[in-house]
Amino acid sequence: MPETARAEISREEVAHLADLARIDLDDAELDHLAPQLAVILESVAAIRGVAGDDVPPTSHPIPLTNVFREDVVRPGLSAEEALAGAPAAEDQRFSVPRILGEEQ
Amino acid sequence: MAAALASGETSSVALTQAHLDRIAAVDGDADSGVHAFLHVDAEGALAQARTSDERRAAGNARHALDGVPIAVKDVLTTTGLPTTCGSKILEGWIPPYDATVVRRIKDAGLPILGKTNMDEFAMGSSTEHSAYGPTRNPWDQTRIPGGSGGGSAAAVAAFEAPLALGTDTGGSIRQPGAVTGTVGVKPTYGGVSRYGLVAMANSLDQVGPVTRTVLDSALLHDLIGGHDPLDSTSVDTPVGGLVAAAEQGAAGDLTGLRVGVITELSGEGWQPGVMARFNETVELLTRAGAEVVEVSCPNFVHALAAYYLLMPAEASSNLAKFDAMRYGLRVTPEGSPSAEDVMKATRDAGFGDEVKRRIIIGTYALSSGYYDAYYGQAQKVRTLISRDFAAAYEQVDVLVSPTSPTTAFPLGEKLDDPLAMYLNDLATIPANLAGVPGISVPAGLADEDGLPVGFQALAPALADDRLYRVGAAAEAAVTAALGGPILNELPEVLA
Repeated sequence: MPETARAEISREEVAHLADLARIDLDDAELDHLAPQLAVILESVAAIRGVAGDDVPPTSHPIPLTNVFREDVVRPGLSAEEALAGAPAAEDQRFSVPRILGEEQ
Repeated sequence: MAAALASGETSSVALTQAHLDRIAAVDGDADSGVHAFLHVDAEGALAQARTSDERRAAGNARHALDGVPIAVKDVLTTTGLPTTCGSKILEGWIPPYDATVVRRIKDAGLPILGKTNMDEFAMGSSTEHSAYGPTRNPWDQTRIPGGSGGGSAAAVAAFEAPLALGTDTGGSIRQPGAVTGTVGVKPTYGGVSRYGLVAMANSLDQVGPVTRTVLDSALLHDLIGGHDPLDSTSVDTPVGGLVAAAEQGAAGDLTGLRVGVITELSGEGWQPGVMARFNETVELLTRAGAEVVEVSCPNFVHALAAYYLLMPAEASSNLAKFDAMRYGLRVTPEGSPSAEDVMKATRDAGFGDEVKRRIIIGTYALSSGYYDAYYGQAQKVRTLISRDFAAAYEQVDVLVSPTSPTTAFPLGEKLDDPLAMYLNDLATIPANLAGVPGISVPAGLADEDGLPVGFQALAPALADDRLYRVGAAAEAAVTAALGGPILNELPEVLA
């Protein structure tokens, strides 16, 4: 719905976006960020009318081609190296909080 | 320094120790001093210096810069040394691998002095968004050193390091270079490997040198550049002749070179002292034989908006990996929190304001319903900007502008006004969107505040050598006009 896209952003929308981005913003942060985001989005909104359908999008400054290499085994990180920066590890594995909710 | 090492006039240990002493004298901490470094590795640097001296004594120097110490922006991974990206979320993290550029400088024998301060995840134009406190401009410690590579630029300006590595996503090498009176280069996109660079925006980020002279940048660029099979966006076309181009430019002859002044990136609204030094530098290039014309790039006025949609979109995706599960900080809320609760609490505690702002803008720009209007349009504007560059390079060999609209502004002045902060990158951003290379060289000091002004040159992709020719010519002419290098004017820096 590009035609109806608005530049404004409400405090509730910011809270929703923060939730999608997995950031637990508190009320003070929402009060602080929401008006700033509204101003930023208003200033970038001017871009909407600049290019027409005849202009192709550019996602990358150079043409990207898939890079293949020979399928040979090479040394990689050891389990100890890979786990060295982990907040918690157990039995050569990352230890993470529970992933499934109560109802699952 | 490379010449002094080659002639045996000094040793790498002496050079490295002198810089470590200087760091100890002026760098200070979060509360006072330049605060260019987040981590200093005195022991490691001296050990590398000793082996470099042994190699030289045996006649086995690996590179012209073998033994010259260097500082590395804290966004590049280094084994054995912390990499925090200026963020709490990576506090104390020691990477298990070296970035390709770090591997190359180590292999060439350059001792690494330490890791330099930066805006958190390279998001900012003032190094005030570092979670570890701001870097201060050696010219005036109440002012910003530019960002996000303010630490690297300030370290070089304050004589704490002769060379440094930075990264430039929207101008983070060139803008700090401009406001600290140093030379900063953003190579052609893909010309220098990004492997081991903690990404902010993959399609825009580029590693490059920060130095005191154009020739130093050419030597360092030559060393770190070239194809890297570990980076799928690395360009497999050699970019050569950089050092020769710098030497040719320094000889002062620009006959046959066509230079375009970008209409949209100069004139009204720019600080008068910045425009005055810029215009004088253009005049000096004319006297060196260059043909100067004005060139219009009409879509550059939309570059800032396109950038501030594309960059957060890529950043929001890149920073998803900081999820408290595999490395970095983990904050566990009370009770029996789920992985999602832990992620949210960790990311709230670990990221600063600017990072949160950009993640949310990126999430918005990529969300259903807004994607075409914002992200899609920004990508089309990127096409238009590339076309502007292509049309301009049919008329001229290089494009020039002031690097930054103003000199260094006071710390704190724009911290609560993100839009005003973003405007600092106005002149540097188009090059990142199009992937073309750019250089900033000192153009003198502004009359109104006595602070450094940067002169920017931009060349077509893979024509990085042109930057060094023009940059070295501008540097030689400005140095001659001022009676010495700009850093001779640097006030005494005290911690």
